[in-house]
Amino acid sequence: MTSVCEPLVRVQAGDFDLATEARRLTDGRRDVGAIVSFTGLCRDEDGRLEALELEHYPGMAEAEIGRIADEAAQRWPLSGLSVIHRFGRIAPGENIVLVVAASPHRRAAFEAADFLMDYLKSRAPFWKKEHAAGETEAGWVEAKDRDQEDMKRWER
Amino acid sequence: MKLIYFAWVRERIGLPEETVDLPADVKTVADLLNWLKERGENYETALERPEVIRVAINQEHADHAAPLPANGEIALFPPMTGG
Repeated sequence: MTSVCEPLVRVQAGDFDLATEARRLTDGRRDVGAIVSFTGLCRDEDGRLEALELEHYPGMAEAEIGRIADEAAQRWPLSGLSVIHRFGRIAPGENIVLVVAASPHRRAAFEAADFLMDYLKSRAPFWKKEHAAGETEAGWVEAKDRDQEDMKRWER
Repeated sequence: MKLIYFAWVRERIGLPEETVDLPADVKTVADLLNWLKERGENYETALERPEVIRVAINQEHADHAAPLPANGEIALFPPMTGG
């Protein structure tokens, strides 16, 4: 029986650093053959968006990401897995979410990172509100059917 | 029972959370949504399309047929848009 990695999950207002997080998964190890990372950023929607406000459910956000990460760690032979999700006001160009998956071989790392993002989008309790440039009214982002379909790709 | 609301559910109800005494015949999540809708126009507006409302019982996702726990925390919110 191979050992299952213990994922690192953080939900925070502050920024994160990709290089630091990648190094955390390789420092002192000789068994890692692949690192795949995904970073989600806030985009300005062709100049329309001034900022995103990310609301979250404290406690459940960490717990739900933890459950998704544990499932990925059971499903693929990972040597390390880190997930960081920010909340609060985030401006275009800033980071929102980071997934870093490390594995002896590339396929597991690619698939685990992809799986994590698909599940995060539809199951982690976060909600985005868009602040439009030049307007005082802000609107909630609507969930896309596409995100549900992305998640279903992983059903066995 | 502690109820917590997020995103537009919170805005439309006008409260982030509240503690309520549920009648004995409110046994499932679906019963809870129906009962809340009767509490006023703000609840009715927030829950007018109950099928889109997502629910967590003690910080875990639950469906509308799920039985309510004896006590704990029920969260109501729109479909999630993180990531």
